[in-house]
Amino acid sequence: MLLKRKAAPLVLDRTQPILNIERRMFMKQTLSLGALALLTGCDSIEDDTAVDRILKAMANWNDKAQAALFDPTKLAITYDQKDVVDPFRFNAFYDESEVVVVAEADYKLELSGMITNKASWTLERLRALPPQSQITRHICVEGWSLIGKWGGPSFGDFLRKVGADTTAKYVGFKCADNYFTSLDMSTALHPQTTMALTFNDKTIEPRNGFPFKIRVPTKLGFKNPKHVMEIFVTNDYPGGYWEDQGYNWFSGA
Amino acid sequence: MSSSGDKIKIHPLYVRIFHWINAVAMVLMIMSGWQIYNAAPLFEWLEFPSAVTLGGWLGGGIQFHFAVMWVFVTNLLIYFFVSIISGHYRRSMFPVTPQSVVSDLGKAIRGKLPHTVGTYNSVQKISYIGVIVLMLTVFLSGLVIWKSVQFQTLGLLFGGYEGARLVHFICMSLICAFIVMHLVLVAIVPSTFIPMITGWTKIKKGTDHVA
Repeated sequence: MLLKRKAAPLVLDRTQPILNIERRMFMKQTLSLGALALLTGCDSIEDDTAVDRILKAMANWNDKAQAALFDPTKLAITYDQKDVVDPFRFNAFYDESEVVVVAEADYKLELSGMITNKASWTLERLRALPPQSQITRHICVEGWSLIGKWGGPSFGDFLRKVGADTTAKYVGFKCADNYFTSLDMSTALHPQTTMALTFNDKTIEPRNGFPFKIRVPTKLGFKNPKHVMEIFVTNDYPGGYWEDQGYNWFSGA
Repeated sequence: MSSSGDKIKIHPLYVRIFHWINAVAMVLMIMSGWQIYNAAPLFEWLEFPSAVTLGGWLGGGIQFHFAVMWVFVTNLLIYFFVSIISGHYRRSMFPVTPQSVVSDLGKAIRGKLPHTVGTYNSVQKISYIGVIVLMLTVFLSGLVIWKSVQFQTLGLLFGGYEGARLVHFICMSLICAFIVMHLVLVAIVPSTFIPMITGWTKIKKGTDHVA
């Protein structure tokens, strides 16, 4: 089942399971309408898996089309300091009161998968890497957008430094708030993809992803993981928190 | 119906195929678009009731929107270029002048605009040109929303990502207005409905309806 959740967008609703049955019923109706329009003469319209199969096939096609459209050298538009929104909007699959505060002293970034040097990284060592800075537009899958300023080491440089196999397909992320997502390797190596230790020249706050957020201006917001605890390189599709529920995986901007 | 039963073909096959694929694709695009809109409404006072949205939640709405968009755009572009090459636009949509539109609109309001089989009056011409321009604009602004980095040059035309969102919304609203008007007119002159399926219409003596 591709279409799982009808949630208040990006907010984890604790009462969800109770409401799910009703929502499923509602979804069967809306899907049947789609089935009726799209699949006249195909499978029974009560069976929504036919629509799911088509939507899934189209989503895969969209991933390929977006990968083909992606220009690894094309930079996202940059803006002026006066455009920066600070404090930046909090957005996650849970409420702001549940923000994870990662302890700086114990923090270690773990590396795994197709990486030569898997030694973990302290925040101090990450801060010693040469930083880059960008003022770009963060675009949420919901449609809204905000301009922010992020700074930190180039993620591509970091991957090369630790000996990641840059011919691998995916870079995956595991986060302190149990969020997870993944990028295609070309996007991971894009010059603007940044390990954002700072927001607007200050240490990034827990609500915006402390210790750091992977800032990817060529992707939608949910492809920018916060509180990153582990980075892994793999050829096996790692999926993601929202991707597994039906958001398009590539979601390039 | 006339006793002679003279028939003329008024809608070529490619126009009919375009029309019906477009009708279905458009409804699905609008309903799934409303679902996506609801996730972050442009206007506080406007949210679409779940009964008219498609997809069940944001992710589902996006899946429908990004699946059907290929059908909508492919169909639209084939129709658009065939119409230009075949001379369909040149013959049926032009010439159209502001004076003729005002004059025909006045007649239509007074109920004195004759419906001539096989030719468009100026109000029809300007409406069809308008909705074709709207569909092309909704496509181009959609491209910018979908890929604001890759299509950033095109985006300049709409005032960037947020501008494209607004243009996309306005085009959708005007297309909805067209659809309502279109359906009302078909209800008033139902004899226009069958030819959009078969291509053929029976004629009496040049003019047969007053709408």
